Amino acid sequence: MSDVKSVTALGGKSFGGLVRVAEAPLQGMITVRGDLGLASVKEAATGLTKAEMPATGRIETGAEGAIAWMSPDELLVLCAYADAAPSVPKMEDTMAKDFASAADVSDARAMFRLEGALSREVLAKLSPADLSVEGCAVGQMRRTRLAQVPAAIWFTDDETASVICFRSVADYVFALLKTAAQPGSAVGLAPAG
Amino acid sequence: MSYRLQDRGRLIDRSDKITFTFDGKTLDGFAGDTLASALLANNQMLVGRSFKYHRPRGIVASGAEEPNALVNLGHGARMEPNQRATTTELFDGLTAVSQNRWPSLDHDIGAVNAHLSRFLPAGFYYKTFLYPRAFWKSVYEPFIRQSAGLGRAPEEKDADTYEHFNTHTDVLVIGGGVAGLTAAKAAADAGAKVLLFEQTAVWGGRSPVDGGIIDGLAASAWVDRTVAELEAMPNVTLRLRAMGAGVYDHGYVLGYERLTDHTPDKDGPRHRLWRIRAKQIVTATGAIERPLAFAGNDVPGVMLASAVRDFQENWGVVPGKRMVVATNNDDGYRTALLLNAAGVEVLRILDAREGGGGELMGEARNAGIRVDCGRGIGKVSGGKRVKHIQICMTNGTGGAMEEIACDGVAMSGGWSPAVHLWSHTGGKLLWDEAQAHFLPDFSRPPTGADGQAMVRTAGSTSGPMELAAVIQDARSAGADAANGAGFKAKTSKRPSVETATEAPMLPVWQMPGRADYHLKSKSWLDFQNDVKVTDVELAAREGFESVEHTKRYTTLGMATDQGKLSNINGLAVLANALGKPIPQVGTTTFRPPYTPISMGAIAGEARGEIFQPVRKTPIHGWLDAQGADWEPVGHWRRPYAIPQKGESVHDAVMREVTNTRENVGLLDASTLGKLLVKGPDAGRFLDMLYTNMMSNLKPRRCRYGLMCSENGFLTDDGVVARISQESWLCHTTTGGADRIHAHMEEWLQTEWWNWKVHVVNVTEQYAQIAVVGPKARTLLEALGGMDLSADALPFMAWADGKIAGIPVRVYRISFSGELSFEISVRAGQGLALWEKLMEAGKVYGVMPYGTEALHIMRAEKGFIMIGDETDGTVIPQDLGLDWAISKKKEDYIGKRAQARAHMMDPDRWKLVGLQTLDGSVLPDGAYAVGEGINANGQRITQGRVTSSYHSPTLGCGIAMGLVHRGPDRMGEVLEFPGTDEKTYRARIVSPVFYDPEGEKQNV
Repeated sequence: MSDVKSVTALGGKSFGGLVRVAEAPLQGMITVRGDLGLASVKEAATGLTKAEMPATGRIETGAEGAIAWMSPDELLVLCAYADAAPSVPKMEDTMAKDFASAADVSDARAMFRLEGALSREVLAKLSPADLSVEGCAVGQMRRTRLAQVPAAIWFTDDETASVICFRSVADYVFALLKTAAQPGSAVGLAPAG
Repeated sequence: MSYRLQDRGRLIDRSDKITFTFDGKTLDGFAGDTLASALLANNQMLVGRSFKYHRPRGIVASGAEEPNALVNLGHGARMEPNQRATTTELFDGLTAVSQNRWPSLDHDIGAVNAHLSRFLPAGFYYKTFLYPRAFWKSVYEPFIRQSAGLGRAPEEKDADTYEHFNTHTDVLVIGGGVAGLTAAKAAADAGAKVLLFEQTAVWGGRSPVDGGIIDGLAASAWVDRTVAELEAMPNVTLRLRAMGAGVYDHGYVLGYERLTDHTPDKDGPRHRLWRIRAKQIVTATGAIERPLAFAGNDVPGVMLASAVRDFQENWGVVPGKRMVVATNNDDGYRTALLLNAAGVEVLRILDAREGGGGELMGEARNAGIRVDCGRGIGKVSGGKRVKHIQICMTNGTGGAMEEIACDGVAMSGGWSPAVHLWSHTGGKLLWDEAQAHFLPDFSRPPTGADGQAMVRTAGSTSGPMELAAVIQDARSAGADAANGAGFKAKTSKRPSVETATEAPMLPVWQMPGRADYHLKSKSWLDFQNDVKVTDVELAAREGFESVEHTKRYTTLGMATDQGKLSNINGLAVLANALGKPIPQVGTTTFRPPYTPISMGAIAGEARGEIFQPVRKTPIHGWLDAQGADWEPVGHWRRPYAIPQKGESVHDAVMREVTNTRENVGLLDASTLGKLLVKGPDAGRFLDMLYTNMMSNLKPRRCRYGLMCSENGFLTDDGVVARISQESWLCHTTTGGADRIHAHMEEWLQTEWWNWKVHVVNVTEQYAQIAVVGPKARTLLEALGGMDLSADALPFMAWADGKIAGIPVRVYRISFSGELSFEISVRAGQGLALWEKLMEAGKVYGVMPYGTEALHIMRAEKGFIMIGDETDGTVIPQDLGLDWAISKKKEDYIGKRAQARAHMMDPDRWKLVGLQTLDGSVLPDGAYAVGEGINANGQRITQGRVTSSYHSPTLGCGIAMGLVHRGPDRMGEVLEFPGTDEKTYRARIVSPVFYDPEGEKQNV
């Protein structure tokens, strides 16, 4: 699509503390708005990702990407970065008969991965959401905030979290995660019963 | 003298000696000591001076309720004032300095106030410093500031870090004494997820000192066993040094954990603020002993009876060799018995009750301690420590029956449940006559969203002071909390408890009961703020009937201890003086935090680099490396100018304007809001939002639009581009992106919910670079890839294509009056395009420019700026923007408001240009004055400056302003007095100073 390579906000910065924090590589992201019950919306999202349609508050992963439920009329479709821009007009075609929209937002975001047993604890220093195993099980999509900015969080396993924030605050969020993961600051909560 | 015993002190480790300093003196203590116990062990009984009279003050309590022993802890970047010695764990190298004394603790000049105390009663300041009024600012306030206050504010930046932690739990138990442990166990046994907080460094609360047998075990052994059981449960989290600071609605609780106060060299945060969402809260915060109000009760060496035995049993220190115990209840006997057992001479137990106490009195007598019933203390004498006491009748006037020499007094005025947390979020209280204290009214608890009790109390917080009842109450509180959180509490065997049976206490609010004025004026209620019995009585005489008013008038309970010792005694004295029953007078309001928490904990991670989010565009780093002078715009930082080496910011701005007008400039416009509005009803929707038509805009074309609030006032502006049949891209101001997005969503969700429109905020998806100046097209053509000729891309059109191999969308729009292209590019390629433009532009003299150059160029063209020409009271018609208001449309947001008489009034101030006669720059915001004065005696004004700059293009100052009937008064000269004593004279001119025909931008 371009002779010039896109770059992420932080060039893949990482930090090792209580957990490993790293900026994720380029990630395709498409916002889909519309009635989630519409067959065309479902087809547009699942066709691209080969993932199931997510139930309320969940994220489903498929062979070619993932679909996250963002609100009663909004999905976030995750796909390969290179596929996002060309997929938007295709999805719009699929949904053309209905009132539904798609927009490429891949470059509007930054994404981080947290790896380690204390991932939930580190995030709980910054987010008021219940990020315990019971409160945010693997497969749940949690839209919340990290300190003063919006963020979406989900766990791919009990020790690995993905975090999406706006690109302009990537520096801020990275510094937040670094602070929350500083050595010596483990909270040491009992394992959930 | 206070000293260390050889065979007491369950919490100290005598093999681990610790060195610390107090007022520069090097002293020794042991691991496990608090600063208070270590000071007492070193015979340091004088620890501070009181707030008002600078009276010598010693340690009176052993925990969070201590009013006197406040010190300045640490130094430099770790200096902190008003730290409570009783809750400060000793560590090696601790440095403490006493407060509120000068030049030294022993010789304090301010102590002269004590001799003036009869001239400094309650309300003294209010009464004295009223007149003459002019004296307040220059004489009274500086004097009061100098003499008042406790610690000094730190001057260095805090060296420590702090953090927040959010957690959810079924049951939160606050307090780790036997009641808290029992409640936690009961809730955990039911399967609930339990979080247990204890504010001190040890479990067990008072019981290991106060004794009693639970389940056949001594209290301390029972505590150890129960803690071990809880630690073994996977659903229980236990935290020491963690205080419940505040209880709020919906089960939200703030907890305050002190992680490294006792080990300052350890890594990690110093304090952690827990933000807990609990389904059920159990407060097992115990009770607080009350002092007795007798004359001289503030002399160092007079302590709470419970504190005396805490110091002895926990840390092995006692305040004196010859002690007297004064009590109105059986609990005081425990202190006498323990002192006696440790070999300390107990000269007398003065029991205020004619009939004396219960079983414990017998024990005391058997131990050979003399017990005098119906007796109390008339007066304590001694300056910096207790020397003598006078014994009197409980109900007498204070005539001394006997004077005895002693060096310490243990006093007990009964116990008040620590109902603070129960009360924080609306739990009500009842007065218990038998125990003379307020206890929780269980029929009116703090309630959750379901209307059911959300907070429960356990143990002595509920009222019962006797161990068996405490345990029983805690068991049911824990079970109730588990049930309230949706679990099913198990029935378990009731534990057996053995304690002494006690005789009823006798309320004693003043000792002796008929004390004269002189004695009452030396009977302290609030030790820290120097409030005596006579102050509260004076307040009552002066008409302060409400306890809240009396509190503020006398400052009772307003010190850093928030009246933990003084509140109940004070309101009882007030009730007495008013001749009302105590419950009718009531308590003051209990507010969080329970004890002061650090500012650092409140701030959490938000400091330094992450104090606030800074939004950065993809080009931010490049500009920063070039030395951009940043200014905040919302949370963004935008370059005000990009000075070259050695160049002033002003010179840089002038150069940037000139270079852009003569060659070509680049502006990072990425921060502008970009809202994608899409759907079958999008055109109709935009026609309502903007004052002009957007539905008839042709695809591939742009139009400038204005947005108003429903009150008609101009709220945002920007260029709208029609992308396709059903989609438009709306540019907003930098600060307006989120606000306008919300504005659109609000109208769509509330008013036009059935219109088919989606709004997606794509602001950050694109970097946007403005390429501006006569050589702009040449530069872009040099990079190649698109036909940007005037025919292919006329003014106010847009086109997609590739420039230098990068996919872009080019908008031909201008905010400078020059030939201008705004190039939108994926954010991930924004920097690459910028760098290519800079590189290719070298030969054309390309330079980046900042927001000030942008402002000057738009002002030269007479373009308005939201926030400069508008301030929430300005309508588009005021700014001569009638051309951008559709006359054809039936409606748009703000239309009706703009038709109101005041909005149509020809007398409104309207936009004009202003040019000073001497070419100087008008002060921004200056007012044009007219003839005469208004009703307030102020000069009549007839206009104001809204934007003002030096224009390098014109070589003089230019300004815009709103002037009364301005456009009708072209050529008139107005006067603008500045704040620099000068008066500026400026002529009303057209706001368009530069290229009024638009020849430059239309090439």
